[in-house]
Amino acid sequence: MKQVWAAILIWLAISVTSALAVTPAEQLRDPALEARARVISKGLRCVVCQNQSIDDSNASLAADMRVLVRQRILAGDTNTQVTQYMVDRYGNFVLLRPPVKRNTYALWFGPLGFIGFGALIFWLTARRRKNPKIAPAGTENPDEKQRIDELLEQYRK
Amino acid sequence: MAAEVGNIALIIALLLALIQIVAPLVGAGLSNLRLMHLSGFTAIGQLLFITIAFLALSVAFIGSDFSVALVARHSHSLKPLLYKISGVWGNHEGSMLLWVLILSLYGAMVPIFGRALPIRLKSLALSIQGMIGAGFLGFILFTSNPFLRLFPIPLDGNGLNPLLQDPGLAFHPPFLYLGYVGFSMAFSFSVAALIDGKVDALWAKWLRPWVLAAWSFLTIGIALGSVWAYYELGWGGWWFWDPVENASLLPWLAGTALLHSTLVVERRYALVNWTVLLGILTFSLSLIGTFLVRSGVITSVHAFASDPERGVYILGMLLVLSGGALLLYALRSSKLRIGNGFEVLSRESGLAINNILLVCATAVVFLGTFYPLLVDIFSNDKISVGPPFFNLYFGYIMGALIIFMGIAPMLKWRHDSAKRMIRPVLLLVGATLFVAILVSLFGKSVLGGLGIGLAFWLFGGTLMNWAAKVRLGRISFTRSVALARTLPAGIYGFVLAHIGLAVCVVGVTGMGLWSSEQILMMQPGQQTRLGGYAIQLDQVTHETGKNYSAEIANFTLLKKDKTAAQLRSERRFYPVRGMQTTEAGIHVRPGHNLYVAVGEGAPDRGWAVRIYYHPFVSWIWLGALLMALGGFVALADRRLRLPSAQRNTGLANKAVSSPVSGAAT
Repeated sequence: MKQVWAAILIWLAISVTSALAVTPAEQLRDPALEARARVISKGLRCVVCQNQSIDDSNASLAADMRVLVRQRILAGDTNTQVTQYMVDRYGNFVLLRPPVKRNTYALWFGPLGFIGFGALIFWLTARRRKNPKIAPAGTENPDEKQRIDELLEQYRK
Repeated sequence: MAAEVGNIALIIALLLALIQIVAPLVGAGLSNLRLMHLSGFTAIGQLLFITIAFLALSVAFIGSDFSVALVARHSHSLKPLLYKISGVWGNHEGSMLLWVLILSLYGAMVPIFGRALPIRLKSLALSIQGMIGAGFLGFILFTSNPFLRLFPIPLDGNGLNPLLQDPGLAFHPPFLYLGYVGFSMAFSFSVAALIDGKVDALWAKWLRPWVLAAWSFLTIGIALGSVWAYYELGWGGWWFWDPVENASLLPWLAGTALLHSTLVVERRYALVNWTVLLGILTFSLSLIGTFLVRSGVITSVHAFASDPERGVYILGMLLVLSGGALLLYALRSSKLRIGNGFEVLSRESGLAINNILLVCATAVVFLGTFYPLLVDIFSNDKISVGPPFFNLYFGYIMGALIIFMGIAPMLKWRHDSAKRMIRPVLLLVGATLFVAILVSLFGKSVLGGLGIGLAFWLFGGTLMNWAAKVRLGRISFTRSVALARTLPAGIYGFVLAHIGLAVCVVGVTGMGLWSSEQILMMQPGQQTRLGGYAIQLDQVTHETGKNYSAEIANFTLLKKDKTAAQLRSERRFYPVRGMQTTEAGIHVRPGHNLYVAVGEGAPDRGWAVRIYYHPFVSWIWLGALLMALGGFVALADRRLRLPSAQRNTGLANKAVSSPVSGAAT
């Protein structure tokens, strides 16, 4: 169901005459330049879609963005310059890999925190388990064993 | 008429749910057996009345009763029968009705299969189920009533979104919900255990089959959605880290952890508190997923703010149910008996690491999914978190998990010696290195070697574990075979599910590293080459389906100048919705798929064609299927049977008549 709604949202954003993602007409003649365009496009978000890159998206806006990327490449921009150009136009929103900066520290370093926290918990738990006070089952001392047997005997009666 | 019947049935179900909330709580407080037993009847009653409501809506859909607003909005008289039926849940209101139907189905299983359970625990859990049920029934009746009438009655309906008119997607929601909602059992029994103040092996034994079933259904549901996206969206992607997909992945990951921790509670009575917490969290993630999708909050905070009614309702429910359960956990988990300990080198410890890694993976997906929302709310910035983030962290954590999965199941319960492990581990490391290096060289990709190596490691480790269980090579072969037949079903479930993941890893690796594509304009008669095939566009024709018109491109696939397959790709136009879809032509082989999708075109300039070569892609879903199958096979394990009802009724009564410490304290 979830994907259904995603699909609806994606499709709402698409004009009726939608085409496939990258179309032959958009492609650059020079395969090396086209390959660069593809790499750059994969990292850019189609801004009207749900987390789809412009390389994958059928939306007409994505097609415009793809053309824009190729125009910049033809104009002689490096990959970083093209990306920067898109960021200047659409904001950081366009980057599928968000930049590491103040408001994304929690995102980028959070997972390391989770793993560290998990390791800490395991370490503490494993240490606690060595605590002789909590003896594993079956290692009761003879006194305890006798008491358990007594209790069981009582219970059976 | 059907709409009114459905409406009344829903109201009765809501009343029953309300009774089900109160009766067990009062009954447990007064130690009144009758009140507690009442919950079983209301649970079955709810199933009955919600089924009536669901059938009523189905009747409206199948009969194309456009006086019902929902049918008018989402159905059409020309639609094929299958999609008239699947249209029942192919919309917000109907899908919520399916949600509560499945909830009531699980609820009714408690009195039917749980005769051996102590009545206190059972009825308290049913009270919690009642709360969830009442919450969602109220949600349907007050914000999303599927039975509202429409006047004037339109001549025909709007039709179902063409993308949803697909057999794969017709069954995607029911499976997904059987999974999502199945975790409500874990939730309500965890909360009941907290109220009751006790968790025992019987509790875990009871819970495990439901967790297994829910998990297997969810696995199938997610896989169906992924397959559908692969062939329907027209560009061969299978997972997009879309927030809506993540919403289904979150409970799956937490549920996988729960699946393993209930095992530890059942066999060794360890990780007890943790399992209770995980039971609460897993279903909470299902609820969060429902909120995420239903409220529209993830598309944009503003979409949420403009029509907040539904979103606020679910958010409120989430706060009451999950917040309440977590509060109860904070207050009362210390009352639960402390579980047994375990040593660092033991099966318990291995499963604890499994849980930590899976929960880390859950947390990473959660963080990535909600981070853009948080940034949007707390700053003026808008950011996206896409595949590069998820692939990085999720990849590492899954890699670590698979490394553990290869060897940890060989560990013995309670404690094991490192010495015993050295030989098998060295053997496995050697074989894996061999495979990884071979793949790196022939596949010309170190990453590829790593991915296939991991898959082999998991596969090999799992098989070695099984071989050790049947003492292969230590005793005569025939005796090993005899032993293999007597192994509990649970072991085969484990073998299937873990091998399933290995298969899945092969698919993901192949798809990620060795796929290739061609995008070009083609004229009829023209040929191109990809992945060892020659692909020829034969002709483009037009056809009219029941509710669409299509442009069909016919291709011939040649391998070594011999025809390997005929493929057709369609571009369909659905006039009722004014929408267009692509039907890809896919040549499915065990080791690869060849995928052809036709785009725009005209006789004079040719047609835009995308051709993909996808190595091992089917393995992704085959692996998922094996995992789900493993879950179902494990259900057959005799060790999961509860003690027979007769013998236990005495015990259950005793538990009630004895003074109880619990809700009162």
